[in-house]
Amino acid sequence: MTRRAIPAYAAALAALALLTLLAFAVGRFPLTLGDLAALAANKLFGAGYAVPPTAETVVMQVRGPRILAALLVGAALAASGTAYQGMFRNPLVSPDILGVSAGAALGAVLGIFFSQSALVIQLGAFAGGLAAVAVVYTVGASVRRHDPILALILAGIVIGTLLGSVIALLKYLADPYNQLPAITFWLLGSLASVAPRDLAFAAPFALAGLVPLALLRWRMNLLSLADDEARALGVPVARLRVAVVCAATLMTAAAVAISGIIGWIGLLIPHAARLIIGPEFSRLLPLSMVLGAAFLLAVDTLSRTIAPIEVPPGVLTALIGTPFFLWLFATARRAWQ
Amino acid sequence: MPGRGFSILIAVVLLVPAAFAQAPREMLDAAGRYVVVPAKVERVYAAGAPAGILVFAINPDKLLGWTRAMRADETPFFPDKYARLPELGRLTGRGDTANVEVLLRARPDLVVDVGATAPVFASLADRVQQQTRLPYLLLDGRFEAIPETLRALGRAMGDEAAAQRLADYCERAIAEVAARVAQVPPERRPRAYYGRGPQGLQTALGGSINAQVMEFLGARNVAGSVRGGLAQASLEQVLAWDPEVIFTNDPNFYREVWGDARWGAIAAVRARRVHLSPHLPFGWFDFPPGANRIIGLYWAGQILYPALFRDDLRSKTAEFYRLFYHQEPSAAQLDALLGEVGVLPR
Repeated sequence: MTRRAIPAYAAALAALALLTLLAFAVGRFPLTLGDLAALAANKLFGAGYAVPPTAETVVMQVRGPRILAALLVGAALAASGTAYQGMFRNPLVSPDILGVSAGAALGAVLGIFFSQSALVIQLGAFAGGLAAVAVVYTVGASVRRHDPILALILAGIVIGTLLGSVIALLKYLADPYNQLPAITFWLLGSLASVAPRDLAFAAPFALAGLVPLALLRWRMNLLSLADDEARALGVPVARLRVAVVCAATLMTAAAVAISGIIGWIGLLIPHAARLIIGPEFSRLLPLSMVLGAAFLLAVDTLSRTIAPIEVPPGVLTALIGTPFFLWLFATARRAWQ
Repeated sequence: MPGRGFSILIAVVLLVPAAFAQAPREMLDAAGRYVVVPAKVERVYAAGAPAGILVFAINPDKLLGWTRAMRADETPFFPDKYARLPELGRLTGRGDTANVEVLLRARPDLVVDVGATAPVFASLADRVQQQTRLPYLLLDGRFEAIPETLRALGRAMGDEAAAQRLADYCERAIAEVAARVAQVPPERRPRAYYGRGPQGLQTALGGSINAQVMEFLGARNVAGSVRGGLAQASLEQVLAWDPEVIFTNDPNFYREVWGDARWGAIAAVRARRVHLSPHLPFGWFDFPPGANRIIGLYWAGQILYPALFRDDLRSKTAEFYRLFYHQEPSAAQLDALLGEVGVLPR
C-alpha cells in the first residue's frame, strides 16, 4: 500500500508547497521578491532587514492570513466531504447535505438583515450551521421506522429547503440598495476580507473537527458496510455516526463562517482523491485535504490577482475544477468506489 | 360620406368644451412613451423610492404611500401625517414587492417611476399600464436629469410652480458644485474609495449609480478603471490603491476601521479621512439613488475640497430638508446628521 501512496502524497505536497510560495509572491499590492525574502528572514530567523511597514502589513495581515484561510477552508471542506461520502455510502453527498451551509447562510443573512457587525455576522453563520445540523440530526434520528441514513439525508434536504426559503424571504424584504447586495456577496463566498482574527476563530474548530476523524480513520472504513455487518464486527455504528457528523459539521461551519459558501470542493475533491489513491479512509483523508487546500488556494490566488476586483471563487472553482476533474475521471485506472 | 361628416361633428362638439376645461394631456415620458395623463391628478403612486421622494417633495398630499413603511429613526424627519403614509411596495422590476391589486386599490390617478429608462423598464411600464389601465410615467433618474424630471413630474401632477422651485434649487446646486469642482486641476482631486458592506469591501465601480456623487465631485474613484455596478474588492487591492479619502455608508465598518491594523496602513485611515454618510431619512451619498443625494454633494464636497466648500452645512441641510421633506430639522437632528458620529440616533 505505501509504495503506491508515497508518490501521490509527494506530488500533492510538493504542488501545495509550490502553490503556497507562489501565492505569497503574487497579488494586487506590488511587493518585490527582495521585500518578501527580507520579511521571511526577519520573521523566521530574527534577521533585522529593513522592510517597508506597508509591505509587512500586506504580508502579515492581509495576504498571509488569506493564504492560510484558503488552505484551511479547502482542507476542511474536502475532509468533511470525504467523511460524509464514506459515511453516507453515497458519492453524491457533499458537506452541506445535512444543512450546515443553509443554516450558516441563514445566520449570516439574518446578521446582514439586522445591520450587525462583521463579527456578529460571522458568529451567526457559525451558530446557524451548527443549529441547522442539530435540528436535522434530531429529526432524522427520531424517525425510527426507516433506514437511518436515508432518514438523515431526507431530513437534511427538507430542512435545507426550508432554510433556503427563509433566506429567499429575507432577500426579498431586504433593502434593495444596501442590504441585498451585501447578502448576495456573502452568499457568493469570498476570502477577500479574511483577517488574522478570522483564522484565530476558525482554526480551533476546524482542528477540533479533524482530530476525531483522524482518530476514527480505521473505523470509518467499516461505516461503508451495511449497518448490521458493521455491528457484527463490533462497530458502534450509531455513536460513530454521531461523532462523524459532529466533526464534519464543526469543520464546515467554521470554514463557511469565514468564507461564505464555496461549493464544488466538498463534493468533487474527495472523488479526485479517491481516483488517485483509492477508497481506504486513512489514506484518502490526508490526500483529500491536501488536494482541497491546494485547489482552493489556486482558485483564490487567481480570484484575487486576475482583476482589480475580485472574481467570485465559486465561479472559478467550477470553471477550473470541472476540466481537471473530467480529465482525472477519463484517465484514472482505478475504481473510485 | 355622411357618416364621416357626422362623426367629425360629434368629435368637434365633444372636444371643443374639453379643450376649454382641463383635458387629459398626452405626455412624452423619458423612455419615449406617450402617456395620457388625466386632467386632474390628485393621487400618485410612486413605483420606487426615488420617485416617492420627488412626488413627496413636489406635493406631499398627493403621495399615496411609501414603497416601505417609515422606520422609527426616519419618521421624526417628516411631518407626522406623511411619516405614517402606508407601505405600498415597489414596482420597478428590481425585486418588486408591490401587488398589482394593492396598486389598483390605492386608486391612483398616475403611477410614476424614476430611474433607468432602458427598454426593459419601459416594457415593464407598458405592461403595468395595459394591465391596470393606469397612466404610468417613466422618468429619468440620472443625477443631472433631476431638474428636468422634477419639471416633467410637476407638469403631470399639475403642480408646476412647486416643481419649478425645487428644480431651480437642484439646478443651482448642481451648477454651483460643478463650477467649484471645475476649478480643481485633475491632480488635486483626491483618490477616493467607496466602501460598502459590513467589511467595507464592497465597492462601486466606475459609472455605477452608487458612485455618482463621488464621481460628480471629480474624486478619482480608485475602482473606477473597471466599469460596472457593485463588486467585491480585496483588502490587498485597497492597500494597493491607497485611497486618500474613504466614504462609507456602513456604521459597522466605520466603527471598526479605526482599530483594524490592516486598514491602518491606508492613507485615508492614517489621515482620519474616513467618512460615514448621513442616511436619515434618506441617504446622502448613495441610496436610494434620487434627489436625496443633492445635499450629499455639499457634504462630500466639503470632505474632498474643504477650501472650496465653505458653506454652512447646517443651514444648507435645513434649507434642503425644508424644501424636500417639508420640515426643518431640529438642532438635535442637525447635530446627529452632521456630527462626527454621523448617524447615532438609531
